Amino acid sequence: MQINIILAGVGGQGILTIAAVIGRAALLSDLTIRQTEVHGMSQRGGAVQSHLRISNRPIYSDLIALGTAHLILSVEPHEALRYLPFLAPESSVITSIDPFINIEDYPAIEDILAELHRTNRPVLVNASELAREAGHARTSNMVMLGAASPYLGIAAEQLESAIGELFHAKGPDIVDVNIRAFRKGQQLSQTQATET
Amino acid sequence: MNKQLLLGAEAIALGALDAGISGVYAYPGTPSTEITEYIQKKHAGQVQAVRSSWSVNEKTAYEAALGMSYAGKRSLACMKHVGLNVAADAFINSAITGVNGGLVVAVADDPSMHSSQNEQDSRVYGKFAMLPVLEPSSQQDLYHATREAFDLSESVRLPVLLRLTTRLAHSRAGVERSAPRMQNPLHALYAPERFVLIPQNARRQYNLLLGMQNKLEQLSEQSWLNRLITGSGSKGVIAFGIAFNYVMEVRQTFELDFPVLQIGQYPLPRKKVESLFNACDTVLVAEEGYPVYEELLRGFFGGDNIKGRMDGTLPRAGELNTDSIARGLGIEPKGVIPVPDLVVGRPPALCKGCGHRDLYDALTFVMSLLSEHHVFSDIGCYTLGALEPFNAIHTCVDMGASITMAKGAADAGLRPAVAVIGDSTFTHSGMTGLLDAVNDRSPLTVIIADNDTTAMTGGQQSSATGSKLFEICRGLGVEELHLRTIIPLKSHLEENMTVLREEIAYEGVSVVIAQRECIETASRKKRNKVANT
Repeated sequence: MQINIILAGVGGQGILTIAAVIGRAALLSDLTIRQTEVHGMSQRGGAVQSHLRISNRPIYSDLIALGTAHLILSVEPHEALRYLPFLAPESSVITSIDPFINIEDYPAIEDILAELHRTNRPVLVNASELAREAGHARTSNMVMLGAASPYLGIAAEQLESAIGELFHAKGPDIVDVNIRAFRKGQQLSQTQATET
Repeated sequence: MNKQLLLGAEAIALGALDAGISGVYAYPGTPSTEITEYIQKKHAGQVQAVRSSWSVNEKTAYEAALGMSYAGKRSLACMKHVGLNVAADAFINSAITGVNGGLVVAVADDPSMHSSQNEQDSRVYGKFAMLPVLEPSSQQDLYHATREAFDLSESVRLPVLLRLTTRLAHSRAGVERSAPRMQNPLHALYAPERFVLIPQNARRQYNLLLGMQNKLEQLSEQSWLNRLITGSGSKGVIAFGIAFNYVMEVRQTFELDFPVLQIGQYPLPRKKVESLFNACDTVLVAEEGYPVYEELLRGFFGGDNIKGRMDGTLPRAGELNTDSIARGLGIEPKGVIPVPDLVVGRPPALCKGCGHRDLYDALTFVMSLLSEHHVFSDIGCYTLGALEPFNAIHTCVDMGASITMAKGAADAGLRPAVAVIGDSTFTHSGMTGLLDAVNDRSPLTVIIADNDTTAMTGGQQSSATGSKLFEICRGLGVEELHLRTIIPLKSHLEENMTVLREEIAYEGVSVVIAQRECIETASRKKRNKVANT
């Protein structure tokens, strides 16, 4: 088993929190993991990505080769498109449809969605709405993690334990709201999968 | 679960802690910052305290690390590749004095220049200083190699350079610890014949260093970091540092069986290299960084059997990856999904609400009314003022160069000469240049953008901010009348422009300190306060 995931977003949107949860859960599941991060200059509102690799055997490269990602998981729709060359032809994009506009030439959202629909069976998530339903607007990254959870090769219980560990210091309410957000995303993904 | 998920940088930190260091000395710099940060967090309140606060710059850091080693204890110095330029004087000469307690300098190079001005290769420094260099390829190997680097340093009585590059520094993997070792007791040695580098001592010490080289090569021959993976076929690969990972990825993915010589310790082990060359007709040299050893292996005239970065088999610049290695081995890439045309760049930018924005608004307006409006700047978040929509600064070369370049330009007759530098960069390398300007009465205006932190690298403690900066400038001889403070806020725009206009017009050294806390640091403090109540 080997799963390559490109995590995408804009600096400050919390993709490293998603990565941290998956990483913890992978260790809990006795899997091997490699996960790159972007630190330094590009963090300041720039495009950021994380290469995440999970396997049950040793992993050599920290970076994912072109055309070999099993999933692009993006917390921003425009950023999802930037990494398409990494995606394996039969694989899919899972992305939030909430645009993060901090540049003047940000393309029209309709055009972005049209491009996303051209990819192989995309999972488009209204993450901010689901996050608000879960109880906190800032949990949309956990919604996105939930939406990706059926494709990670890691049991949902392990992911939820990892969320619990990660947010433990912030108190039980914060853990609960993040778990709720995770489940919202998971539900949406499962519904979409049965529809297609 | 006995593994921890650690960045490569953190694996070094943990390895150094478990090797019994008594101190870490460093100046923040991507991609090396997380080594020291991990030690600071991990070791708060431990039994055997580890000294870990930030140094003013890499030179003071390295020298303090050498002093700790002189006193018999183990010490770690950390920096980014260009930081070693700053520490180079101390580093090179410490190879002549040698060490007492183990001294390891961890240097993180940044090929592809994710957050740097160049992609210089620190292995060249290792060779230059004639010191052992370690370059492990995985997080787990980094942990072990760091621990062993201290033993190596004490056994050969030399500093050891531990080199890594961005991808390893900033990639996480599960790392297993082994039992920690106690710190060394204090045992300073009187050894003036080693440490007083007057010529008669330096000549003898240099000969000792030259005499050590065979021994260092023997150690490389025996090192587990240099190992030959046998295979079949007439093509082989010699893979240095992290390049080993990409080579093995290709070997595994495409089910190939070529022999690979992994190099993770220098000087180069001649016998191991010879055995690879004897078994192969052609050898691909895969190095992350400069083609340092490819050049050496080719020699001046020969090298037809060698492929690598110098003949275009691998790209000459930038990081390697699995794809570039695959192409170098003749594997054509499959077609990939192209990036749609509508995708636009999203470069980094100053945060919304950042004080630097208000500083640049005021400065750019004042400068726009002048016929010459050059602004010399420096390295930090405020460097982002070079981009749209500000286009406010016109140079950024090396730490501290804003002040000294403005001085030189002023000496050449350029009016006005304006420098913008951050608080941390000012203490790192700006103060000495300001003293030059004061001594020469060079007409220039230095704007210190004081956001109370080292922001670009994530908000580390800055060596001098606020009133301390004011006192430093006064102490260096800046006249109090021309040492002004402004608050870069929208509501202060008019008065800030007046202050800047007046000081830029002054025919002497003036300093304007623009003081406002970094909004990132401020909101982090607020969050921590809420979390603790």
